[in-house]
Amino acid sequence: MGAGHAHKLYRHGHSRVHALPPHTKLTAVFAFVVVVVSTPREAVWAFALYAALLAAVAYVARVPAGFLLKRLLIEIPFVAFAVLMPFVAQGERVEVLGLSLSVSGLWGAWNVLAKGTLGVAASVLLAATTELRELLLGLQRLKLPPLLVQIASFMIRYGDVITDEMRRMRIARESRGFEASGVRHWGVLAKSAGALFIRSYERGERVHLAMISRGYAGSMPVIDEVTASRAQWSYALALPATALCVCLLGWTL
Amino acid sequence: MHVPDGFINAPVSVAAGVVAAGAVAVSLRGARRELDERTAPLAGLVAAFIFAVQMLNFPVAAGTSGHLLGGALAAILVGPYTGVLCVSVVLLMQGILFADGGLTALGVNITVMAVVTAVTAYAVFRGLVTVLPKKRRSVTVSAFVAALVSVPAAAAAFTLVYAIGGTTDVPIGQVLTAMVGVHILIGIGEAAITTATVGAVIAVRPDLVYGARGLTAPLKLRVGGELVDAPAAEPAPVAARSPRKLVLTGLATSLVLAGVVSFYASASPDGLEKVAADKGIDTKVEEHTAADSPLADYGVEGITDARASGGLAGVIGVGVTVVAGTGVFWAVRKRRTSETSPASVPDVPEKV
Repeated sequence: MGAGHAHKLYRHGHSRVHALPPHTKLTAVFAFVVVVVSTPREAVWAFALYAALLAAVAYVARVPAGFLLKRLLIEIPFVAFAVLMPFVAQGERVEVLGLSLSVSGLWGAWNVLAKGTLGVAASVLLAATTELRELLLGLQRLKLPPLLVQIASFMIRYGDVITDEMRRMRIARESRGFEASGVRHWGVLAKSAGALFIRSYERGERVHLAMISRGYAGSMPVIDEVTASRAQWSYALALPATALCVCLLGWTL
Repeated sequence: MHVPDGFINAPVSVAAGVVAAGAVAVSLRGARRELDERTAPLAGLVAAFIFAVQMLNFPVAAGTSGHLLGGALAAILVGPYTGVLCVSVVLLMQGILFADGGLTALGVNITVMAVVTAVTAYAVFRGLVTVLPKKRRSVTVSAFVAALVSVPAAAAAFTLVYAIGGTTDVPIGQVLTAMVGVHILIGIGEAAITTATVGAVIAVRPDLVYGARGLTAPLKLRVGGELVDAPAAEPAPVAARSPRKLVLTGLATSLVLAGVVSFYASASPDGLEKVAADKGIDTKVEEHTAADSPLADYGVEGITDARASGGLAGVIGVGVTVVAGTGVFWAVRKRRTSETSPASVPDVPEKV
């Protein structure tokens, strides 16, 4: 894949994290998030340690902090929800700055914020250090059904094409003086969506015919089989293993 | 609307993950039946379409705008199985690539936003289309109602998941009211856009709309000045498939979930009960009229071990549900076949 096909979240590099086989990274991130979610929320220090672990990974992968923090903005909707929690939750209340807040609501908000942020940060690091094609190969290695991986790869491969098609339709609408400003214009936008569906579906049929003419018989050949050595596995799993230690400490202390 | 990590506790996330994996597996088989070997490119392109159309902004008023969720649209345009599959793939990719929705919450997200939305929408749509007259307008009307129902249904499903495994004891009644209330408004927008989009596709390529397949007029030949039905193409012989394996697997899964997993799920009382217990509301609670039924409080009378009792109650519950469901299904199917067979003769084809 050329540079033009790399997704926007990917950050090209040659670090040790970039070089790891994709399925080890996927496993590591998933295990890490599972460990984070099962940590008791009262162990505040544990979450600080998790954040430090992720910062270490980001350092090794040479992902700058600014890049990571900008990507974290995606969770703003949940932050809004979490801020609401202390006001609506039940239980004993506590006075903070003249506001009556629920104690369990405060814990709940902290819980969602801490775990959600760590989960997002881990996913962002994964996406920043792994190319799309590699991610799909990794999913295939992890025994996801091949058909599902194929569908996902077609979605990724043609996502930009379809989005571009939508952008061209928008430019065509705007160059004819159309400006969507309210509910009255939904009909026009929906007609565009309908046209987009027809174009996507027909493109799918053409792609299928092209595939058949090249010998497709229901499964894609895998030409770049990825394998991971024991050292690579242990390097990748160092992250969730350390996190597990922290989690166990959090349960016992 | 994507659920982040840490919102739902671990056991319920795992259970939702199992449900989602099962639903995706069933949809994979179903989609292969709907699209055979074209599945990969077509479902992939439709998933890309759903992904793109979620970025299409619909201005509401004064600078605010909404976007389509797409579950109902996908189910109506390409069929329920492919629809579930496409939305699931979109959610999977959003979770892994864009960190939109937590990885551990992927099961919850797929169950609520792909499975519940698409299946509800398609069930409502199919039901209305069979009841309403065979016209193009009834397809759009059904699409409107289906999309309208699907969004609050997803909100209610999320509230149910939250009631079982939420990490904060927000009163569930309030959550339900707020979620369903807000999502009815969203559902109206979703319904309007879905209807207009389905209408636009039907106007150009009615053959592409899965939900409108029954509406295409049969081919006519003019033989000697008279219109005669063209000989229908011989349908490809479908290999006899026994649904027994699927039914048995489903039954076994439900029994395991109800009998074993339910113990862990109900180990901590649900939010409402907990709130009631905390605030002392439940001291005045009148016992339910069914309280002295043999299965009261999800336990079996006369069995003292809580785990065995709860598990047994779950197993009995699954059994009763299966028997009742099968009975209703048989009754409905029997009536349907006896009703439709004589009525199908004077069928006036509708030009779409």
